[in-house]
Amino acid sequence: MVGSGSKCRTCRGPAIIDLPRHNANFCADHFMELCRRQVTKAIEHFKMIARDDRVLVAVSGGKDSLAVWDLLIELGYEADGLYVGLGIGDYSDISAEYARSFAAQRGLHLVEVKLREQYGYDIPTAAKATHRVPCSACGLSKRHIFDKAALDGDYTVLVTGHNLDDEAAVLFGNTLHWDVEYLARQLPVLEARAGFPKKVKPLVRLSERETAAWCIVRGIDYLVDECPMAAGNKHLAYKASLNAIEEASPGTKAGFYFNFIDNMAPLLVGRAVAEGVELGECSNCGAPTTGNVCAFCHLVETASAHAPVPVELVTNKGRGKR
Amino acid sequence: MKVLLRNPKREIEMSGPRRVHALLAKLQLSREAHLVIRNGTLVPADAELADDDIVEIRPVISGGA
Repeated sequence: MVGSGSKCRTCRGPAIIDLPRHNANFCADHFMELCRRQVTKAIEHFKMIARDDRVLVAVSGGKDSLAVWDLLIELGYEADGLYVGLGIGDYSDISAEYARSFAAQRGLHLVEVKLREQYGYDIPTAAKATHRVPCSACGLSKRHIFDKAALDGDYTVLVTGHNLDDEAAVLFGNTLHWDVEYLARQLPVLEARAGFPKKVKPLVRLSERETAAWCIVRGIDYLVDECPMAAGNKHLAYKASLNAIEEASPGTKAGFYFNFIDNMAPLLVGRAVAEGVELGECSNCGAPTTGNVCAFCHLVETASAHAPVPVELVTNKGRGKR
Repeated sequence: MKVLLRNPKREIEMSGPRRVHALLAKLQLSREAHLVIRNGTLVPADAELADDDIVEIRPVISGGA
């Protein structure tokens, strides 16, 4: 085996990772220190979590959600996990095992919600029955269940594993469409309001490559394979475009996102989607809605009445054939 | 060297010595979107990979928003 020549910026020991946007290489210890520092900075700067908060982390079994749960525990926060069984074939079965195993090894509490058992549908069936793209049916389901689980469990903060790449890609998409109502909502913290818990994204200062490296260095087993229903979605195309720019000009993604937060977001206050709109309660489940019945309950009604659809029939390869 | 790839999962043979960044370039893979693990340990872009190494190239991109 041939050694690596690059040295850790901090201790001059052998490096395990190069981070072009920091123009530096790091050994395992100082890479972890960097990650802890970036997450602490995000939490403190954006006032994400107080020490007395009851924290619920949305956990998928993937690298980001397990990394953020691990980092919060490392930083001394008490946090439970929430796993939603989406019913996406083997992908969901395996992801659940990673989430359970992570929690069990650390003695952490994992709340589980299973769509098929508790609501009578799964994501492939919902996509087929409602003619939505799978990621749309999935997002709607998860948002509702996250909100409900956090409020029902008296958690004061809901944490998601969105990283810098996720946020930059969503920002990129919303900017390409000049979607001002969504741009105005793209903040690392969404404060609690009637029917919604406070939502925070402590990984916004870490790239996807860094969260994956955190898991590898920490020995966290996670589901590496991509969701079979996400292949070919626009979000992935935006990430690929941004990564091509990032390779040519390291730091672009961070600059794009954080300059938006500092310079543009303040100008968009009051323009967010649904801001100023009076929300009533869903006549079925009580969740906030602009109509009589919320979008989630409509989804449940339609999807649960449909015969189960195997995931193979609704992957994005067949998106145009629905 | 044995190189393990994903999406789809497969294994290829490449000759060494070869630096990590050169391997990724040869395979037309983005450095921003991948990590390289040699014999179980993460390695930086300028690490040199030898003929007898087992190398995993792990994609780091997730599709959910």
